[in-house]
Amino acid sequence: MSNIKLRSLLAIGSSALLLAACSGEDASDTSTDEPTTEEDTTADSGDTSGDNTESVDFSVAMVTDEGGVDDRSFNQSAWEGIKEWGQENGLEEGSGYAYYQSDDSSDFVPNFNQALADGYDIIYGIGYLLLDSVNQVADQNPDQHFGIVDDISDRDNVVSLTFKDHQAAFLAGVAAAETTETGKVGFIGGIKGPVIDRFQTGFEAGVAHVDDSIDVDVQYAESFGDAGIGQQIAAGMFSNGADIIYHAAGAVGNGVFTEARNRMESDPDNKLWVIGVDRDQEAEGDYDGGNLTLTSTLKQVGNAVVESTKQAIDEGFPGGETIAYGLEKGGVDLVEGNLSEEAWSAVEEARQGVIDGDIEVPEFTYSN
Amino acid sequence: MQTTSKNRLNALLIPLFSILLGFIFGAILMLLFGYNPIDAYSAMLMGVFNSPYFMGEAIRQATVLTFTGLGFAIAFKAGFFNIGVAGQLLAGWVAAIWVALSFPDLPRIILLTLSLGAAIIAGAVWAGIAGALRAYFGTSEVIVTIMLNYTALHLTNYIIRSVLATGNTTEIVGENASLRVGWLTTLTQGSRINMGLFIAIIVVILYWVFMTQTTAGFEVRAVGLNPDASTYAGMSAKRNIILSMLISGGLAGLGGAVHGLGTFGNLFTQSGLPSLGFNGIAVALLGLGNPVGIFFSSILFGVLDVGAGFMPNRAGVPDEMADIVIAAIIFFVGANYVIRLVLDKMQSNKTAEKGGE
Repeated sequence: MSNIKLRSLLAIGSSALLLAACSGEDASDTSTDEPTTEEDTTADSGDTSGDNTESVDFSVAMVTDEGGVDDRSFNQSAWEGIKEWGQENGLEEGSGYAYYQSDDSSDFVPNFNQALADGYDIIYGIGYLLLDSVNQVADQNPDQHFGIVDDISDRDNVVSLTFKDHQAAFLAGVAAAETTETGKVGFIGGIKGPVIDRFQTGFEAGVAHVDDSIDVDVQYAESFGDAGIGQQIAAGMFSNGADIIYHAAGAVGNGVFTEARNRMESDPDNKLWVIGVDRDQEAEGDYDGGNLTLTSTLKQVGNAVVESTKQAIDEGFPGGETIAYGLEKGGVDLVEGNLSEEAWSAVEEARQGVIDGDIEVPEFTYSN
Repeated sequence: MQTTSKNRLNALLIPLFSILLGFIFGAILMLLFGYNPIDAYSAMLMGVFNSPYFMGEAIRQATVLTFTGLGFAIAFKAGFFNIGVAGQLLAGWVAAIWVALSFPDLPRIILLTLSLGAAIIAGAVWAGIAGALRAYFGTSEVIVTIMLNYTALHLTNYIIRSVLATGNTTEIVGENASLRVGWLTTLTQGSRINMGLFIAIIVVILYWVFMTQTTAGFEVRAVGLNPDASTYAGMSAKRNIILSMLISGGLAGLGGAVHGLGTFGNLFTQSGLPSLGFNGIAVALLGLGNPVGIFFSSILFGVLDVGAGFMPNRAGVPDEMADIVIAAIIFFVGANYVIRLVLDKMQSNKTAEKGGE
């Protein structure tokens, strides 16, 4: 009995080896084919995008935080921007533009060094979690250009890109206050800190701007990657009577959408909404019977990264500078989404107020 | 038990065979999804071995894994499953940074000894809670350590925000508390490899001496093999449970200190438990509880960990695929008892023609 089993096991093992060895050749054949097809497609896209775009001799890489490049929010927005820019300029992924994914905080520095070894002109760290790593690598490589998103580095070879997230969150607060029927809304933050505090402060101020009797239930997931915790917190908030949740928690938000979808599918009469963050998350809100993404605050990380890259190509690298993107520059915004006409006009009014300076949105909950 | 040459051979064959199976399984997966496994594996290995920097990073990762692996192994020898290695590592990390930031002006030797000592104590206390509960109330150490992991995670984040710093990261510790040594850093072109490596080698030797040459180590092993028989023979099961958990946590805590003072130099809020804690379990299982085996399997894991980062950009294998391949290897490593079972059966079949069972 066991002899037969063992023999078959060995047979499977050895055939697997053979398989691996044989198709290794096949695979290398296809891999020699692949670059040519890739060249074809890039040539094609070059044609379709017009003859006026020339291929630039410039390359950009980004290092993600722990959320990963497909977090459907912050990192993804940055990557989409870089990818679009690269394709427009006839660059190839892997040589003209690339991302390096971090699964753990100890990956940050090696990822920067890998991008350095691969020779990219500017390397962006996406998210404040990477500030220490950017500073460290920037000190070791004074001639290399870096960027940091959402935090400020004082190094001369680093450009800092920050966002006035509180302004967009303020509009989200206005939209939520205009829409809620239970008089109770929720806010789920990622990791507590200055960046997410901006979202919380803006959102609370926006709700209070419309009606200060509306309750805002604020909770933090202490994570940007764990969708399970997002779902758990959302379940608690919905059970406590909130009908709208705004999340500023990266991939944690995916759990918030899941919970809302499950509830809407089992009880369609009890309308619940989720407000997305960083990019238009309307697709995340699809469920049997409609869409539950009320609206999304936009944070044009991709645009910001591309803007500063263009600036580096045209006028030289803006090293040591801090560029802040707000409503006025279109760096942050709110989409119309599924907002009622009434709510949207309130949002438009508030947006104008913020841009004109009539409404001052507080930036932090703590005062300093 | 009996150490025939066959058993020794098996001890080497089993881990090698599981590693091989893991790599083959990973290769099949990549083939199924249309990626070239040879490209991927060579990108992984060349990426690490062709560059002193990434070699240094792999060894740095391996250093911490050696501590967590040894920590898990000693509890495992005594018959416990210490899932809480990650939390104990975190406890050690906090303690080491706390001490280092509190006394920045002490001479290097004293400050490092204090920091590492505090980390060992913090890790030991954290594991000791589970050990004491197990010894006196018979609670499951698996559940208690899992829960203590989360307690450690959130307590750490609280301590960073409220005690050690105002934001999400503490200051970087001074030169006097850093484990980095200039010539190692220069040798590896600026990697974060540090003197934790030497501490790890010393601990590997101490672990071997403790387990094989001392009465206490013999008792720990005996309790693990058969608690009832050891109690009958006059050993205190309670004492050994707590002792093995204390050492286990202390080793994990020391790993945390090396990670904190060597890799990062500071402490920052964590969004999840450090994966080094859980990978330590796989390292211990692959090393079959042998300290030298654990040292080498942690080097393998360090190479896998750092090398996986090369697969997406140098071989076109997406990040997720790289993660799955690494996970498959870990899976086969963890499942090595199946391979051991097969090898055992094969041998018992050979010796007695009557076959298994």
